Amino acid sequence: MEWLNTIVQGILLGGLYAMFATGLSLMFGIMRLVNIAHGDFIILAAYLGLVTVSTLGLHPLAALLVVIPLMFAVGYGLQRFLLNRTLGNDILPPLLVTFGMSIIIQNLLMEIFSADSQKLSAGELETASLMLGQDLTIGMMPLLVFLMGVGIIAALQYLFYKTPLGRAFRATSDDQDTARLMGVSNQHIFALAMAIAMAVVAVAGVLLAMRTNFDPTIGPSRLLFGFEAVIIGGLGSLWGTLAGGVILGVAQAVGAAIDPGWQILAGHLVFLLILVLRPRGLFPKGGN
Amino acid sequence: MSSVAAIPYEVTRATQASRAAAVVSIMLLVALVSVPFWADRSDLRTIVEFACYLTLAQMWNLLAGYAGLVSVGQQAFVGLGGYLFFSLAIYAGVPPVLAIVLGALLVGLLSVPTALVVFRLRGAYFAIGTWVVAEVFRLVFAQVSALGGGSGKSIPVAIVKSIGASRDERELIIYFCALVLAVGSLLLVYLLLRSRYGLALTAIRDSEVASDSLGVNIFRTKLTVYVLCATVTALVGGLIFLQKLRIAPGVAFSVQDWTVAVIFIVVIGGIGTIEGPIIGTLLYFVLRGLLADYGSVYLIVLGLVAVGMMIKAPNGVWGWISHRYDLHLFPVHRTLHLKTRDESSSDS
Repeated sequence: MEWLNTIVQGILLGGLYAMFATGLSLMFGIMRLVNIAHGDFIILAAYLGLVTVSTLGLHPLAALLVVIPLMFAVGYGLQRFLLNRTLGNDILPPLLVTFGMSIIIQNLLMEIFSADSQKLSAGELETASLMLGQDLTIGMMPLLVFLMGVGIIAALQYLFYKTPLGRAFRATSDDQDTARLMGVSNQHIFALAMAIAMAVVAVAGVLLAMRTNFDPTIGPSRLLFGFEAVIIGGLGSLWGTLAGGVILGVAQAVGAAIDPGWQILAGHLVFLLILVLRPRGLFPKGGN
Repeated sequence: MSSVAAIPYEVTRATQASRAAAVVSIMLLVALVSVPFWADRSDLRTIVEFACYLTLAQMWNLLAGYAGLVSVGQQAFVGLGGYLFFSLAIYAGVPPVLAIVLGALLVGLLSVPTALVVFRLRGAYFAIGTWVVAEVFRLVFAQVSALGGGSGKSIPVAIVKSIGASRDERELIIYFCALVLAVGSLLLVYLLLRSRYGLALTAIRDSEVASDSLGVNIFRTKLTVYVLCATVTALVGGLIFLQKLRIAPGVAFSVQDWTVAVIFIVVIGGIGTIEGPIIGTLLYFVLRGLLADYGSVYLIVLGLVAVGMMIKAPNGVWGWISHRYDLHLFPVHRTLHLKTRDESSSDS
């Protein structure tokens, strides 16, 4: 029963990792961009949530109404005025520019907020839990995070396959030049994609801040978790990303149950194992 | 003679500038050898650090700028080099300098299976994959209690004494090791790029598909470069921790110290050139000296400079200079001179 508990906790944690991964997956899928600063943007969103909560006295979930539009705007501006200029056949410019951004964000946060560990208090939500059977209890907070993760992926799936904007995204992703000929503005589409990715990052950051302690230096490891979830799930598949997040979450939870020092290591090892056995991930887009 | 008779040609590599550079380099080397006899200890330490960063930068440049393998995980090999040196010196009784070399060779072996895993990822995903591998090594060494676990381990005094009896003697040995390493790695990259491998590497960098169709074995060429870079990077790691005399997972596998700084150096100096890392290391040390007192502001400036450079001058300082003045100090390029008819007739 203890193991069941561990696995359920891992699955719920996977919802958060899936959220980290969704943003990365969007950016890579549409503009072939790998954002090294992704984890740092998640932490930036967490701090934006912290500032919003402390200045406006809102509940953290209500703070999302402020943080999401802010990050959306940041994403649009960033892609339109900076990252679009780095895109091309060479992978180095976007990689190094986002790497530089990662250093800048981390150290700016360090200057402003110091290295002290922070947390967003979610009030009653933190202690509330659901009793499922005798020994199995599920915290409301982890459950909420997981459900929001599923909700975001479902919404993006709808956006991608059922709306005109989604069609423009897919067209640009398939063939930039032809999409442009058909009257799609790549610059604008890329900026919108980044804005949506950053909106997801905003949710992920605020929820992370409600779930655990955070400080300016933990961004890079969130990038790695998100990246691992993407690769485990298979590039280009949104639901695969959720599966990847869940597998990673369970691996970490089981590792932690064996020895606290093994939590992160177990996740990395499962990732490497899957990379060796199934290099294209478990649910690659387009079969084979 | 048919009308398609080959035009007489000549391929040259050395330029006037490169010959001058060779002379200056030799003079500089003589000067560097004489340094320990007149400089004080802190100067010596700065030069050692400079040599270590220069070597790391040359290796990352070879990997990213020539083989197209953009790694963010080179700290794995710095840390492994340091840790294997400590293990061999402490638990196998190998003399320190030999332990560094042996350790680096073992790291070279270990980098083969590592490559087989990370080579499954391409481009930017390869970059993050190498980072994961480095994290795995960091977390594993944090679990090894014989090597001090998460808090690290110092070299026992007896082993320190075996390097050299006095502190000055030890510093001297470390200095010359660093000098040999920096000059050796520079020559290694230079000779490699002039060889057939260099030609293959350049071809792969410019077009994988085209070089594949011309018979270049892409996988083997990349693997060779990866293993070579891992080995030399591990040598630097061993030397760094021989100087520090203490190792801990956080420092040994620091992405900030061993990869971010090195990428900054190569990008600022000019990626894909031998001169670039040299200029980049100089600029890095100058910038660090100026901003050292400002803590995280220094890193913010570093980040801003890197972003600005990538947007405005993606070929770095040296890229800009060599393009503008057609200057190449290390002649790895081939220049084709076609002789005109009068020239060739006067030749014969």
